[in-house]
Amino acid sequence: MATINFDSELRRAGANATGGWGRLAFLAQRHVLGTVGLIIMLLFVLTAIFADLISRYDPLTVDSAHRLAPPSMLHWFGTDSFGRDVWSRIIHGARISLAVGIGSTTLGATLGVIVGLASGYLSGWVDLVFQRVTDILQSLPLLVLALVMTAALGPSLPNVILAIAIPLIPTVARVIRANTLALREQPFVEAAKSIGMSEMRIALRHVLPNTIAPLIVLATAQLGSTILTEASLSFLGLGIPEPYPSWGRMLSESAAEYVRTAPWLVIFPGIAISLAVFGTNLFGDALRDILDPRQRG
Amino acid sequence: MTEQRPLLEVTDLVKHYAVRGGVLRRQVGTVHAVDGVSFALGAGETLGLVGESGCGKSTVARTVLRLVEPTSGAIKLDGEDIAPLSKTALRPYRRSMQIVFQDPFASLNPRMTAGDIVGEPLTVHGIATGAKKQERVAELFQQVGLRPDQMKNFPHQFSGGQRQRICIARALSLGPRLIVCDEPVSALDVSIQAQVINLLIDLQRKQNFSYLFIAHDLAVVAHISHRVAVMYLGRIVEIADKHELFANPRHPYTQALLASVPIADPKAKRTAPLIDGDVPSPINPPSGCAFHTRCPYAIDRCKTERPMLQAAGTAHQVACWLNDGTGRSE
Amino acid sequence: MSEAIPAETVLDVKNLQTVFFTNSGLFRAVDDVSFSVRRGETLAIVGESGCGKSVSALSIMRLVPDPPGRIVGGSVTLEGTDLLKLDDAAMRSIRGNRISMIFQEPMTSLNPVMRIGDQIIEAVRLHQKVSSKEAWKQAVDMLRLVRIPEPERRAQEYPHQLSGGMRQRAMIAMALACRPALLIADEPTTALDVTIQAQILALIVDLQQRLGTGLILITHDLGVVAQTAQRVIVMYAGKKVEEATVESLFETPLHPYTRGLMASIPAVPSPDAKADVRLVEIPGMVPSLTRLPPGCAFAPRCKLAIDRCRQEYPPLDEVKSNHWAACWRAGEMAEAS
Repeated sequence: MATINFDSELRRAGANATGGWGRLAFLAQRHVLGTVGLIIMLLFVLTAIFADLISRYDPLTVDSAHRLAPPSMLHWFGTDSFGRDVWSRIIHGARISLAVGIGSTTLGATLGVIVGLASGYLSGWVDLVFQRVTDILQSLPLLVLALVMTAALGPSLPNVILAIAIPLIPTVARVIRANTLALREQPFVEAAKSIGMSEMRIALRHVLPNTIAPLIVLATAQLGSTILTEASLSFLGLGIPEPYPSWGRMLSESAAEYVRTAPWLVIFPGIAISLAVFGTNLFGDALRDILDPRQRG
Repeated sequence: MTEQRPLLEVTDLVKHYAVRGGVLRRQVGTVHAVDGVSFALGAGETLGLVGESGCGKSTVARTVLRLVEPTSGAIKLDGEDIAPLSKTALRPYRRSMQIVFQDPFASLNPRMTAGDIVGEPLTVHGIATGAKKQERVAELFQQVGLRPDQMKNFPHQFSGGQRQRICIARALSLGPRLIVCDEPVSALDVSIQAQVINLLIDLQRKQNFSYLFIAHDLAVVAHISHRVAVMYLGRIVEIADKHELFANPRHPYTQALLASVPIADPKAKRTAPLIDGDVPSPINPPSGCAFHTRCPYAIDRCKTERPMLQAAGTAHQVACWLNDGTGRSE
Repeated sequence: MSEAIPAETVLDVKNLQTVFFTNSGLFRAVDDVSFSVRRGETLAIVGESGCGKSVSALSIMRLVPDPPGRIVGGSVTLEGTDLLKLDDAAMRSIRGNRISMIFQEPMTSLNPVMRIGDQIIEAVRLHQKVSSKEAWKQAVDMLRLVRIPEPERRAQEYPHQLSGGMRQRAMIAMALACRPALLIADEPTTALDVTIQAQILALIVDLQQRLGTGLILITHDLGVVAQTAQRVIVMYAGKKVEEATVESLFETPLHPYTRGLMASIPAVPSPDAKADVRLVEIPGMVPSLTRLPPGCAFAPRCKLAIDRCRQEYPPLDEVKSNHWAACWRAGEMAEAS
């Protein structure tokens, strides 16, 4: 039998990780990809917050003298057909993506929790109605549904957030409902009933707090797809209206015309979208492994 | 126990579950989980309810507390039938009856502190709040052998035995007169079981409440109970004073059950298993006496006519057709 | 192995050490444990949850999950071969063939979408070259051996069509299909009702004696031990604290923990039993394996503990003939009784 270094084995198992920071450092070491994802997400958030400081030009200023300039020291990512600085537009575009991502995920998750909790906890006809509505919503692709909604509501930031949030509701509601159904059978819920607690209090005090972990996992996983949906909507001209810089719109404006002559107009927004989605997905996966190991698969 | 009126009197309790099948979810059968159970429990008394899995003992426990709605029958608490009461009308009665579950891990909300768990009933019934509540919870912690400084800990920081103590403290918080114990020690280690059983007995002596004690372990039931009822397929087949039952079991099923318990003494000769086969399904249970399919002494009458509980000695009732309805004498 | 092992010894475990590397530290789940099983003998391993009895069994099968677990020392010799030195392929040919295991929960141990007969066939054909027809016949014979009524029909059925007791019989049939030298039963009747438990225990003991299989019975139930085993080892906090023949152990338990266990189980009352006797408690709880006290792990809960117990771990001495105990005061207890 090979000799075993007990200390290194223990370090690998995380035995020396003490305190909040120690534990965090251990998790970061254990989930390298998740850490990478977290760093990307942090960069993304910081970029959005400090966009005005990082960007070198105003993203909306048109400069006809420098139209379609290739990347240079002056314009790191080049300029577009109006002479606007691509670097600055991408930096500011992070704001839009983040606002839509967080806004629609939060809205969708909140509504989804309410529906899922009510559906799972009340059961009976409430459940039946919610379930069938969910089925109908889920039979349509996320993008198509969002498309129809923005087309109906008109393009604006709140409308885009709403349009992306609504198709999220069934996904969240499903998970919360399944969780609620399982929790309802737990003896601690039965114990709560036996002391004469009202159904409402049981749902809020005993069931809801125990669905938080899967909810966080799910919401993080959905963040990437909401960013992607926003980009797609904008690409199709139904997202954030001009002149605000949205990564999706930047792509659509340039893709057909300039993909050969000015490829930087396509490459950089494309990388921005992929990186943001990639980062949230990596982080979401790691979070799932840490918080909810049963869902791994 | 010679009480004027029993604390709990259960008469003809029935709980049937519909079995649904097919695409249309039509009812295709009925599970006879509890099939006409009657018993009485005096103040300060412990009634043990034993039987094998699926015999309906846990359903009886939950139905008595109205955690499961009875199909029919009366549940009289202090002379008041609580079976027909609405949920709101039932609430004040909940203070008088509490439950301790089998699994001390699943019966505590993992996201609440032990102190909050024990204090919650006080809040719900508006009995105490703030410092007064904390004081009462600390007192309850001491009563069940926990330290008040453990109130701020979460369930996962406790061992199985300690968790069961928290469950007991929660049950005690409202000053109940009846505590239903559903297999309270069967998930615990042997050395911890004794601690919890002793605690339950000590608490009863001090506070004089009654236990309906459900377990599959005959030795544990025998230890804690004053009287014991044996259940088989949703029915009580024998009920008697503890010593009478173990000294003089009359129902062939009780006899088989007692003979099956392995005795912790290698010199005790192992008897060949008395009964063969498994418990039949509670969906369409056998006609007549439900035990007749496994009973080596069954007579023709057992197959057709259901025996009712009949007196077979002092403080001893049995449901068996043998010997003119007094069961089999060994 | 240089030492001669008696010819009839099927399994010889020497100084087995299995540890778990966890984020709360090093768990010595099995700490320097030795025992052996002879042909046709039943060895019971008794102890409470976390004492290392199940990990011992998994170590013999080399099924300890890694990570976090690892066998870090000792030897497990089955019919002359040290299993800990085998490669994975060689170990697979031993498992289910020379050693079999049956578990507590018969429902989860059977594949729900395979017929009972096919599952037994699978176990047989993994290790023996027989035609499928021959294997089916063997499967039916095995079901008959474990006294399942109508074995031809039952072989065609799926696990959910069988009752709990039947399933455990089917598990036993599967485990014994290759006539293993050693059968490990980990709490085989804990999930079953008493009347079924009595049937299954009687069956296991009967078959084991007829086939000459060595049996390791892991249980927490002293009643089961007394009724089925010939020899017993008692484990506490990863260590073997006592070993004896079943008669000697129940007559004069020599470790205070064993004594405590025996005193703490309520007995089914005999007619003359005194009512409402308090049970004897073992105070406190099983210590965490990562924070074991120095000296004897049982000392903090032990009424007989002296200063020495808290400083030095006692050696496992043969206090009486064929009766070992790891306790500084076992000698006194042996004399007193």
